[in-house]
Amino acid sequence: MVDTELADLSNNMLLGAVLLYVVAMLGYAADLAFTPRPAKARAKALAGAGAPVEEAADTAEDSAEPDVPRRDWGRFAVLITVFGGLLHAGGVVARGMSVSRWPWGNMYEFVVAICLAAVVGFLVLLVRSKARYLGAFVMLAVILGLGAATIWLYQAPGELVPALKSYWIAIHVSAAIIASGGFTVGFVATLLYLAKARHEEKASTGFLDRLPGSTTLDDLAYKATMFVFPIWTFSIIAGAIWADEAWGRYWGWDPKETWSFIVFAIYAGYLHARATAGWKGRKAAVVATIGYAALLFNLVGVNVFLEGMHSYADV
Amino acid sequence: MGLTGWLRWGWRQLTSMRTALILLFLVALASVPGSIFPQRGQSPERVVQYLEEHKTLGPWLDRLSLFDVFAAPWFAAVYLLLFVSLAGCVLPRSWQLLQNLRSRPPSAPKRLGRLPQHAEFHSGETPERVLEQARETLRRRRFRTVADDGSLAAEKGYLHEAGNLVFHLALLALLFAVGLGALFGYRGNLLLTEGTGFSNSVAHYGEFHPGHLVDPDDLAPFQATMDDFEVEFVSSGAQTGQAREFHARMTYREKPGSAERSETVRVNHPLEVAGAKVYLLGHGYAPTFKVTDGAGHVVFDDAVQFLPLDSANLASEGVIKAPDAEPQQLGFQMMFWPTAAPTPDGSSVMSTFPGPLNPMVAVVGAFKGDLNMDSGDPQSVYELDAENLEMVKVERKAMAVGETLKLPDGAGEITFTGFKEYASMTVTYDPGRVPALVSASLAIAGLVVSLMTRRRRVWVRASAGEDGRTVVEVGGLTLGTPTVEFDDLLRELRAEEPEPEPAPASAGTIKE
Repeated sequence: MVDTELADLSNNMLLGAVLLYVVAMLGYAADLAFTPRPAKARAKALAGAGAPVEEAADTAEDSAEPDVPRRDWGRFAVLITVFGGLLHAGGVVARGMSVSRWPWGNMYEFVVAICLAAVVGFLVLLVRSKARYLGAFVMLAVILGLGAATIWLYQAPGELVPALKSYWIAIHVSAAIIASGGFTVGFVATLLYLAKARHEEKASTGFLDRLPGSTTLDDLAYKATMFVFPIWTFSIIAGAIWADEAWGRYWGWDPKETWSFIVFAIYAGYLHARATAGWKGRKAAVVATIGYAALLFNLVGVNVFLEGMHSYADV
Repeated sequence: MGLTGWLRWGWRQLTSMRTALILLFLVALASVPGSIFPQRGQSPERVVQYLEEHKTLGPWLDRLSLFDVFAAPWFAAVYLLLFVSLAGCVLPRSWQLLQNLRSRPPSAPKRLGRLPQHAEFHSGETPERVLEQARETLRRRRFRTVADDGSLAAEKGYLHEAGNLVFHLALLALLFAVGLGALFGYRGNLLLTEGTGFSNSVAHYGEFHPGHLVDPDDLAPFQATMDDFEVEFVSSGAQTGQAREFHARMTYREKPGSAERSETVRVNHPLEVAGAKVYLLGHGYAPTFKVTDGAGHVVFDDAVQFLPLDSANLASEGVIKAPDAEPQQLGFQMMFWPTAAPTPDGSSVMSTFPGPLNPMVAVVGAFKGDLNMDSGDPQSVYELDAENLEMVKVERKAMAVGETLKLPDGAGEITFTGFKEYASMTVTYDPGRVPALVSASLAIAGLVVSLMTRRRRVWVRASAGEDGRTVVEVGGLTLGTPTVEFDDLLRELRAEEPEPEPAPASAGTIKE
């Protein structure tokens, strides 16, 4: 049933992807380091202006514009990211082909797919919002994710238990993967926002000058989260429909269900908080950070520490 | 402040966004213990075990409903408050949206320059013509427009608020759907041996959990029989022994006397009958035995459901009760191994595969005396009441199909005649299932629409300038992050001007 050659190919492709991501991360870091700092005053004006994302990102980009050779670090990093992403996707596809099923049947495969979703999510933001400055941090998160998956979660390719043999795995789990990847990118932006907001408040100098204004970062985090929140909601609903087919109830407060609800509630709180006086800004960002922590716990912690019906997604 | 004043103040507090946010976080926080402590609703046996292991802490946790978190009064208090708060916010807003839809977009504010999006340019056309063209353009972009004296008001994106309200109202509907299931739904569990059937009545269920308003005597009277059960296992490689697929071939009738139909039930593929669903959840072995008593009468000849001790390879245990045996009643404690093999040290027997490659049984204990089945107390079919039983010494040996073990002193004999399989099934009826699905679908549709659209207003004012040309002012207001639409719009408005002049204020300037 298992094509071990394809499975080995998958492992090697993923290893290659990690190496490329490391190179890309260094590229983005060089891009940040060698980009001239935008004038302090300019950053301030942007921060206070409630500028739309595109506008501010443009400005940040503009400051790098005249310096053509330096700009190349960024381009190089993006190119390497795309190659890494292709290799990563190839690894996921090969894994699926080696076992003739959707390649997200256990924790290892799931985390690998989420990392791919995060890379794709970053590339989308790169095109739409010129968010190249996120690159180094997203790459770091992805490298850590793939590393953890390989070291602690690795499972030899194999067949699924009967409960997982359903087309709902393609719907429910795919949505969870896309949403988790998007939340990861949003989380990276949120952390940068928190750091940058503090930095601006203290009016200190340092490498954070090289990032766009806190408002841009906050908007970017919001954008990513807003985009994936409905996908997460959909994933929960699709899971409920599947649970109704497989277990005879659509909602039973299984630990995974409970925690996916908790994640939903916290991120819903974030979306509201951002529009509420007295909560917007840093408080909302803290809520989003807690939301991501809950997401990670739901992803891994629930399978490691709690006993439930999702335990076939073994570690 | 009188009583009404206080009530009004309380209601305002409850329905404020701040309170709603805190309640939302409280619901999230309150669910956490439900995932940490075992719950009666999900795994009652683990609650019992927890209480045994934590003699001091356990009862306290129990008093705080921490083993029934999702049915606890404090949990209900938090989510009911949240939903009241939500309703108190959403219902007036729905009313407001309706009013808004019926009334016209508000007129242009005095100073358009103060709006977050603003631009000004000159045109050679007359003010009337400019406004007319602007109205065309805005209408093409599906704005609602109203012409005032010398200005134009336009608004669109009502779907943002509509979607938002649909999402929240659908959540309220979802709560009602869940409540409907809790009141009128039920769930019954049973173990069904191949060749046997059941009818949908409480008597046939090992466990039955009715909703609060379910009349247990009035369940849909369907009947179902499991004709055959098959399970396929992975037989080689690292996953040896993992089940690949279960099939239960079933025949059923909607009610007594109606036409018989058949269906293959699998995991992920339940049987739907009379509004209820029959699910296949697991399986086990039911070995068959023949027991002959001391008088030579066959007093038992049937399959007995054994409970798996080892979920991987299905070594199982069970008991046989022969109350009709003479001169004394007989009871047996048995083990069954689907694929029997000696343990590594050779001292005992174990099962090495869950499929029946080498099925064997052994008598663990044989008893004679009084099975105590007439006492009137309900007795488990999986246990012997050993109080009035005397153990009979028998040879300990594994028996293959067809082998017989004789009891000493002519007390009788037991024959292992074969085995069947049984399926563990659950039958559920939940009238809230479809309403819940509809609510959830509406919620997600509302959410997507709301997050994809933004409500925005645009005003255009045109007046004759000093140089005889027309001064055109455009202002925009967007709820949420402004879109690039304003700039596109501006480009279109200006394109209708034959010879564009450089504008005094740059297009789409963002101001505080």
